[in-house]
Amino acid sequence: MSLAEESSVVSVFTEEEEESLNRRYTLWIKEALDELPHNFTITDPFLSGHPIVFASLGFLKMTGYSRAEVIGRNGKFFQGPKTNRRSIMEIREAIREERSVQVSLLNYRKSGSPFWMLFHMIPVFGRDDGKVINFVAVQVPISGRDHHRKLTSVGDDVSSLDHSEFVFGSCRREVCFGNFVQHRALPVECDDDEQGLEDWEYCEASESEKLRAVEAINNVLSVLTRYSELSGRLVCGKRYCLRGVDCLSSSLVISLGRIKQSFVLTNPCIPDMPIIYASDAFLTLTGYKRHEVLGQNCRFLSGVDTDSSVLYEMKECILKGQSCTVQILNYSNRKDKSTFWNLLHISPVRNASGKTAYFVGVQVEASCRNTESKELRPETKQLSVVGAVRVAVRSSFMVTC
Amino acid sequence: MLKIKRVPTVVSNYQKNEAADDSVGCGRNCLGACCINGARLPLYACKNLEKSREKIVVSHEAEEPPVAFLESLVLGEWEDRFQRGLFRYDVTACETKVIPGKYGFVAQLNEGRHLKKRPTEFRVDKVLQSFDGSKFNFTKVGQEELLFQFEAGEDGQVQFFPCMPLDPENSFSVVAINVSPIEYGHVLLIPRVLDCLPQRIDHKSLLLAVHMAAEAANPYFRLGYNSLGAFATINHLHFQAYYLAMPFPLERAPTKKMVTTVSGVKISELLNYPVRSLLFEGGSSMQDLSDTVSDACVCLQNNNIPFNILIADCGRQIFVMPQCYAEKQALGEVSPEVLETQVNPAVWEISGHMVLKRKDDYEGASEENAWRLLAEASLSEERFKEVNTLIFEAIGCSDQEEDPEGTIVHQQIPNGGVFNQKSNRIHGGPITNGTASECIVLQ
Repeated sequence: MSLAEESSVVSVFTEEEEESLNRRYTLWIKEALDELPHNFTITDPFLSGHPIVFASLGFLKMTGYSRAEVIGRNGKFFQGPKTNRRSIMEIREAIREERSVQVSLLNYRKSGSPFWMLFHMIPVFGRDDGKVINFVAVQVPISGRDHHRKLTSVGDDVSSLDHSEFVFGSCRREVCFGNFVQHRALPVECDDDEQGLEDWEYCEASESEKLRAVEAINNVLSVLTRYSELSGRLVCGKRYCLRGVDCLSSSLVISLGRIKQSFVLTNPCIPDMPIIYASDAFLTLTGYKRHEVLGQNCRFLSGVDTDSSVLYEMKECILKGQSCTVQILNYSNRKDKSTFWNLLHISPVRNASGKTAYFVGVQVEASCRNTESKELRPETKQLSVVGAVRVAVRSSFMVTC
Repeated sequence: MLKIKRVPTVVSNYQKNEAADDSVGCGRNCLGACCINGARLPLYACKNLEKSREKIVVSHEAEEPPVAFLESLVLGEWEDRFQRGLFRYDVTACETKVIPGKYGFVAQLNEGRHLKKRPTEFRVDKVLQSFDGSKFNFTKVGQEELLFQFEAGEDGQVQFFPCMPLDPENSFSVVAINVSPIEYGHVLLIPRVLDCLPQRIDHKSLLLAVHMAAEAANPYFRLGYNSLGAFATINHLHFQAYYLAMPFPLERAPTKKMVTTVSGVKISELLNYPVRSLLFEGGSSMQDLSDTVSDACVCLQNNNIPFNILIADCGRQIFVMPQCYAEKQALGEVSPEVLETQVNPAVWEISGHMVLKRKDDYEGASEENAWRLLAEASLSEERFKEVNTLIFEAIGCSDQEEDPEGTIVHQQIPNGGVFNQKSNRIHGGPITNGTASECIVLQ
């Protein structure tokens, strides 16, 4: 697929992605961000796929893409075959742990050509609830003329190079950037500094480039903070309170977002067992919007003809902490307000403490049960959602301090 | 002959104490000739890595990748067995935490994993031992413990057959549950199960394991291997795998490149990690990477050096950890406190995932303790260097010369090219043996 080849640009982003910033920060936020000269992107971890919801003009110029081609994409979109795996892991871990990271990274432009940049990312927290609202990432291109390391290969005359073949691991930045790296200006042959930069193992940013990254981050954060004041829902760069118990961490939400089937998570510890997470597929199936279902008990899906004995059976299973599968008549909010038979499977889900934290409900519309011979059996597919949720929930509490 | 006593982990509900094994009857729905007729399992044939050349598919991914097909199959089938009560305990009910520290070791309190049975004797001085059909092996597992058949397909596309007969004529590989799981989704990959291969690495089998890692497309799904003498309990070729959605400490350790092979495989050593290990990555194809690792492991096997393997990052990174804990234990050289925890440093423990039986051990789990335990398994620096020399020779990087100044070492390779290699430490002094005070080196 190549968007570059199409004459008319196809939008890949959804309405939610387009509106994400407006909702939190008021309508003028994008214009304000457009006034900044820096290269940066803003992502929304609460949307499925953890997409980019804003890309600065500088970023677009640096990468050669148009705005429509970037909004809705995950940051991985700009990585490629020679991007360092450890760096990718560091970024992934910073997102999972909801903290900042600064790392040199090889990215690829729309044309396919690679370039090195200093990637500096921070989480932006809601001041009142300690939730991660966005991640802001700044990209400062670095030339690495004096500070890079090449992979040696057969036949190279490398006797003039005195380089430390030191690849940075992904433990804390303080460890890696301790006394190991400072100003090791390596004598490098200059004849191929542009070509072959893909093969550099590492590319050190200069002190001034690092400062530029920090400055850019602060500027973007200022704009977001200022506009969040206007909307009354402040954000800040630091977490001021522990995330509430009923708030899912952004990393759990990102993991759950990988599951493409219809399902919900409910919290049995809160009165009336409300829905605390609903997948996009659930919203499509039932015809409701996310804000209409979060915080509600699932009973809104039942109606006049729903068999109450089935509801009773479910309630008993929940009280006993058992799984069950039932066939239940549900009422949708789709345009035709149709009813549908929901083959619903519910199961308790434990977190890292070993105790039940949630119940998962996986919905399969009964009419869709015909399997193509090359697909998983519907039962397996349904249970795979339960399994994926278990893995995500169990790991989400195990965040390194 | 060196032996240690251990209570083996029960991986199948059909695994009994060695002594009671005479009563092998049937009606147990096993994989023997008695029961295999008419047996069917889903078959997952993964895409041929050569034909779908791109090792890394990130460049045009639109989003955080959705749960892949193989992952759905593993999780769906596992959850099915979970709900049917086939596991000895509910692993998700076992409390788990990340130990505070630089590396993030993971500790789990699991009192049920290890049986309070009489320990069996294991010979730990021979890495290569012949298959013994009278002992428990995977042809004796019940078919309900098997999840699906797995093979490296011929095509550039995945092929899935929901209900494929098990054909004894056509050597098939299976994925089975581990009834004593370390984590949710803990499975066993058993290459060519009816061929009854002993627990030793061969090129074809390792490549199958690497295929599985690549196909799962999830960096949190790793495959592991324990050689005999490195805490494999069943002498029937198998790999293990499970999901843990965070990096292993082993994966976080800094590395220092040692050499690049002709096929482009980069071999590094880990720095600042309690167990001295090698990391293999790169290569012009996944097969090159896998074959290089196989060559290294065959060399270790032939030299009777026990080792573990971790296949990580969707098959892009393969760690090889030679170890000597069992030998030390047999010679009475392991400290009593470490022995008391009854934690055997197999692949998952060395990677940084510690399953603890006693509440006190769990409550008091620290990075220091974990380090101390794992350090007992590590080869000494000197021995590690010797072993590396053997390995490099075996994979075709020979005649390594050490430059006493220590900065640049040239290596000759058969076709006359020259490699540059650094062989000594630049920063922080030599790798320590990991005693408590030396752990603080990181600060």
